[in-house]
Amino acid sequence: MRGIRPNMRKTLAPFLLLASLAFSGAAAAANDNTFETKLSNGLRVIVTEDHRSPTAVHMVWYRVGAMDEVDGHSGLAHALEHMMFKGTNKIPAGGFNKAVAEAGGRDNAFTSEDYTAYFQIVPKRALPEMMNLEADRMANLKVTPQDFASEIKVVMEERRLRTDDNPEALVYETLNASAFLADSYRRPVIGWMNDLEAMTWKDARDWYKLWYTPSNAYVVVVGDVNHQDVFRLAEQTYGKIKPHALPARRVEYDPVQVGIRRAVVKAPAKLSFLAMAWKAPKLVDVDHDRDPYALDVLAAVLDGHDAARFPRELVREQKVAQTAGTQYDETVRGESLFILAGQPAEGKTVGDLEAAFREQIKRIQDQGVTPEELERVKTQLIAAQVYKRDSMMAQAMEMGMMEASGHSWRDVDKIVAKLGTVTPEEVQGVAKKYFKDDTLTVATLDPQPLDTATPRKPAVQLKPY
Amino acid sequence: MKRLIAFTAFLVAAFAAAAAHAGVKIQHWVAPSGARVYLVETHGLPILDVKVDFSAGAAYDPPGKSGLAGLTRDLLDAGAGGMDEETLAGKFVDLGARFSGGDDYDRAGVSLRTLSAPDKRDAGMNLLRAILAQPAFPAAAFEREKARSIAEIQESDTKPEAIAGKRFAAAIYPGHPYGLTPTAPSVGSITRDDVVAFHRDHYSAKRAVVSMVGDISRGDAEALAQRLTEALPAGVPDAGIPPVTSPTETVIRVPHPASQSHIHVGLPALKRGDPDFYALQAGNYSLGGGGFVSRLMKEVREKRGYAYSVYSYFSPRKQEGPFEMGLQTKREQADAALKLADDVLADFLANGPTEQELAAAKKHLIDSLALAIDSNAKLIGYVSIIGYYGLPLTYLDDFPAKMQAVTVADVRAAFKRHVDPKHLVTVVVATDQK
Repeated sequence: MRGIRPNMRKTLAPFLLLASLAFSGAAAAANDNTFETKLSNGLRVIVTEDHRSPTAVHMVWYRVGAMDEVDGHSGLAHALEHMMFKGTNKIPAGGFNKAVAEAGGRDNAFTSEDYTAYFQIVPKRALPEMMNLEADRMANLKVTPQDFASEIKVVMEERRLRTDDNPEALVYETLNASAFLADSYRRPVIGWMNDLEAMTWKDARDWYKLWYTPSNAYVVVVGDVNHQDVFRLAEQTYGKIKPHALPARRVEYDPVQVGIRRAVVKAPAKLSFLAMAWKAPKLVDVDHDRDPYALDVLAAVLDGHDAARFPRELVREQKVAQTAGTQYDETVRGESLFILAGQPAEGKTVGDLEAAFREQIKRIQDQGVTPEELERVKTQLIAAQVYKRDSMMAQAMEMGMMEASGHSWRDVDKIVAKLGTVTPEEVQGVAKKYFKDDTLTVATLDPQPLDTATPRKPAVQLKPY
Repeated sequence: MKRLIAFTAFLVAAFAAAAAHAGVKIQHWVAPSGARVYLVETHGLPILDVKVDFSAGAAYDPPGKSGLAGLTRDLLDAGAGGMDEETLAGKFVDLGARFSGGDDYDRAGVSLRTLSAPDKRDAGMNLLRAILAQPAFPAAAFEREKARSIAEIQESDTKPEAIAGKRFAAAIYPGHPYGLTPTAPSVGSITRDDVVAFHRDHYSAKRAVVSMVGDISRGDAEALAQRLTEALPAGVPDAGIPPVTSPTETVIRVPHPASQSHIHVGLPALKRGDPDFYALQAGNYSLGGGGFVSRLMKEVREKRGYAYSVYSYFSPRKQEGPFEMGLQTKREQADAALKLADDVLADFLANGPTEQELAAAKKHLIDSLALAIDSNAKLIGYVSIIGYYGLPLTYLDDFPAKMQAVTVADVRAAFKRHVDPKHLVTVVVATDQK
């Protein structure tokens, strides 16, 4: 990412917010002010009319992310995202940012395992120019050896900042690398440092040629616009680009995990950190699946609000956790994990916190959850539906992420309705079904004192249970 | 308990983008309680945002008790009005309301986002009223949050970015409350009686500013503001924050094993309400505030690949808030990157922006006004700053004309007045050089 949070799912900087984000993320914008069309080159355009303010959000999403990389080339999707700001035949390097700034707007981009997305937030009169610029770099990007040589250094600094000097990020990197053996989700979105060092400008150029085409993209616009106008503009800009064929997607297959995995990361810190990840199903059939919805509600019961079980019991009553949270995202292209993570409180160990997490799951397995708890989850869901309408960006993100996972923005409302039908028995059912040691991976931070640590290379230690 | 919200970061962002377009009508009155009230009615969504700020930020911490203001604010919802903390948390959840708190050096306060339906809204406001006026500060919650606060401080003292921030504040504000940050011993010395007294003295209606944005009528807003503030303690008058003295130019190097050096350069620079605000903001856009179009970004990141993040900003406060230039870079090249950033700053101080740069900056800052206030959530941030710092109610409307009037000479003169190299402090954390 150029300047905001990257790969939302795996870096987990705002970890404690994620459960509620993922949840309100499921609460959606699909209503009668959203319209969709498809251009003859395969590009889809989704427009939500929101007339509260004379501004617009313009996003282009490409269905290509870190999961489409191959071994030895990790970080390529993200590195190309950086290169997309380097110019085309028409626009010089830096010209894109300059044009957005001059229009009074802001722009950025972000890469995840599943997608790469670019956006501008602008006064609405600048929307045509933004569409012009994005269409231009969809087809005409210039990747030069000189630009790549300096930008890959920036990406390495980004990796140092976000991961190498961030103990919790190192734990997550190790967690993913341990939970998945073959699946591409085992690789970090930002890339391994040695892959970044080995990457060439030709790798970036080839990636662009392979994946950047209108039939592999969709445009999301939310703002004070008329959808017919936007459709017309899309035809005039993106519509001129000839599509090319896409390579076959590799079918990911991770060997079934049978047996707990444990990993330890040593890094300078005072508090330790624990992350427990169970393999969990993703949402495939919006109409007929039940387990992903029940798992989403389970996450909210544990951690969805300030009166939920984790903040109340683990932080305030038992005082076993300094922080404690859940993470589960069912709308993904790859495989899902259900993660419990947190810092043990001062004087407590990762063992204490692991035992407390296990006790929380066991209690739901044995005793279930109460109708009152589900009622609270629903109340939060309904309020979040209203609150999200205050932010155009939130609405655009929600639709874009839903589409990236292979579902439709139209499914957002359906998913919200489905979440409202989850029963206490279903929540208890998924707690029993998925939280088994055979599919569990545990990664912990072993804090090292500052004064004995040497300037660091990430130290990772894998050990069998 | 709510974790500390990044209030400071918000203020920085607010400054970086401070702008809005014509047509935001801020209504203002003083409630019978004495609280100042600021309202913007927006009826597009059934939402109401309320924020209540007090002159009760960290600058009011008594000597040796750094952390008291933050701990007091954090404990407000640990039980109040006869309800324990679990009851309070549950009631907010049942209303679908979102309660949060935040504090910086000047202000401490609470926010509530609620649906605007009167039954939900009024129930939420009754909870907020109890939290502000009748917090119980239960001994058990006090001990727990104190311990959590100390653990958080000790953890942050291992992080290069946190160490750099603290050392920088201490170095640019010698002997001033803006230079102090909570330490394990300072929080350890805080007693429950300190918290009770801090609340009693600082959470008065006279020291309060109530900001409201959303779906509510003026009449309802008047009644609500009075209800929120009528039962607050009498408090003590705001003695203000002492004046700032400028530091002497110095370079501080701090060892740390991180792979990147964290570099901060800056000094105390700007008070809220200073007329140089516009010239400094316009200039800083070209220096390091304008993202990818700024000189620092072009030189340090785009041309040489030294850093992922490099920036400069002014963060105005009641007394002179900081000007800061910062970056993180691989430790082996820290000296080269620092020298480059220093050169960019020195050149800018000597010559100011070009005419073209200034024109682009002004255009961006004026045209992006609309973005800065296109949601209730963003708008209440501005309204609360205008209210708390007593800026003109027409601040947003006046912004384009004031910004448009700025000249290159104005920028140069304003930087000369506010960023004197003789007072620049440099902090480098994680460095190979002694």
